[in-house]
Amino acid sequence: MDAQKIREQFPILRERVNGKALVYFDNGATHPKPTSVVDAEVKFYHHDNANVHRGVHALSQRATDSYEGVRNKLCKFFGTNNTQEYIFSSGTTASFNLLSTTLAPRVEAGDTIVVTRMEHHANFVPWQQLALSKKAKFEIVELKSDFTLDRDHFKRAMAMKPKIVSFSAMSNVLGHKNPVSELATLAKQAGAIVLVDGAQLVAHDEFKISDLGLIDAFVFSAHKISGPTGVGVMWAREEFLKSLPPYQFGGDMITFVEDQSTIWNELPWKFEAGTPNIAGVIGLGAALDFMTEIGRGNILKLEHELVKQGLAKLKQVKGLKILGSESHEGRAPIFSFILEGVHPHDIATLLDLEGIAVRAGHHCAQPLLRHFNQTATTRASLSYYNTAAELDVLVSAIENAKKVFSRGT
Amino acid sequence: MGHDALYKEIILEHHKDPRNHGLLESATASITKHNPLCGDNVTVQIKLSPDNKTVDDIMFSGSGCSISVASASILTDDVKGQSVEKTLKLIEQFRGVMQGNEKPEVLEGDVEALTGVRQFPVRIKCALLAWTALKELIENQNKEKSA
Ligand SMILES: Cc1ncc(COP(=O)(O)O)c(C=O)c1O
Repeated sequence: MDAQKIREQFPILRERVNGKALVYFDNGATHPKPTSVVDAEVKFYHHDNANVHRGVHALSQRATDSYEGVRNKLCKFFGTNNTQEYIFSSGTTASFNLLSTTLAPRVEAGDTIVVTRMEHHANFVPWQQLALSKKAKFEIVELKSDFTLDRDHFKRAMAMKPKIVSFSAMSNVLGHKNPVSELATLAKQAGAIVLVDGAQLVAHDEFKISDLGLIDAFVFSAHKISGPTGVGVMWAREEFLKSLPPYQFGGDMITFVEDQSTIWNELPWKFEAGTPNIAGVIGLGAALDFMTEIGRGNILKLEHELVKQGLAKLKQVKGLKILGSESHEGRAPIFSFILEGVHPHDIATLLDLEGIAVRAGHHCAQPLLRHFNQTATTRASLSYYNTAAELDVLVSAIENAKKVFSRGT
Repeated sequence: MGHDALYKEIILEHHKDPRNHGLLESATASITKHNPLCGDNVTVQIKLSPDNKTVDDIMFSGSGCSISVASASILTDDVKGQSVEKTLKLIEQFRGVMQGNEKPEVLEGDVEALTGVRQFPVRIKCALLAWTALKELIENQNKEKSA
């Protein structure tokens, strides 16, 4: 499928904004949904609507089969073979809260928890708060001037024998990959539990869980890969999951409830209390099918071209500075930038008037922006269906923004 | 919709050359407010007269977009030397206009240029930031005094 064929699958791309064709460069925040994903949800509600794991009747069986079938799809997508290792949550944020809450009993005063400077708040605040409440040390691994993680600092942090090390596989601001497997090995050697934020990586790379090395858990949100909002996946090693206490209590997560005690359900349901987002999970299944159909290798190729074009075109803009690696390799088409003399909010408003959707703000990564002495940046985050022509629209709108703000000088 | 409604000359001019920008050495009270949307912040410092009835001096600092900087600049310009009573009234009018409960005609002078922001709902927060901060600052002073 070429970009044009792919684009036809996303109805939202036919929207017009302020009289202009929509240029959607906010994929990092959430990805457009193809017709097949929405159809899968509609089909569930129209034909199979029933609760899962409950009833003997036909609809309940169909609902359960479709819902549980998505775990098989995940196994295929990530090259694993144990469906028990996939827990559905409401998103990356929810998964990290699950992890920080269930790991809390293991953290004691004086222990160390390690994150990095480039974390999204979802993988920062839960650990910061856990450390605060336990009087544990919260160590933030810094970046080098080329925007990559400071490996020496990471090694020094591992010498502190941390209990937990949690880092992102790809920053939602900087757009490049971290060497997950290498970092995981170092962290494991130090005896740590290793957790990975995969919210961006899953949208922009082709990999198997085994490529990530000695990690204990990998979490992401369905909506970043063209699935529905409100659905998250936590993959975690079976032994690791078994070592965790349940997170939330209630229906579905039990095997037997006595008057004074309860026996927990098996994996994965032990961590899925209450009626889940059934339609959403089924929609995620359709999103995985969609990406597989386009081909993850193809996605990578299309995005690599956008990385090259994007960097080349943005470099032409005088006064524009990209916060992130200028190398093409291991990079997604996520371009965070600052423009001399024009605040990101003003850029975003002026771009919006041209139909271009970008994000202006702190991108839920205030510790990272503080490091750059910024309170906000503008971020154009592209996806495989975007085009070089759209990049040209962006560049000319940025040039125009510069003109508006240089009036009278 | 063009950008002219938002980025009027007066606004761009205040942005480029903000009035009362910096730190107020003689401040008797100060407040910092964040815009959670973008992480921007504004600090407003005031020096009230001994009877708390007049804004003798006012300065602002922080980082922000053109709208929040211009808005803070216009605000400080308008209320410097004013009575606290008039200041609070102006803040109420401005908030009313921004939130669409009051006709824009009640605003006079440079502040009128900010009425275009109403066509850009996501930017209203930017325009209100310093005004909300000053309101809270004065209210805190009044509370302290009556306590
Ligand atoms: C790297 C990263 N981590 C975590 C999140 C949080 O995801 P969600 O808001 O779906 O929980 C995001 C998305 O904003 C992200 O980009």
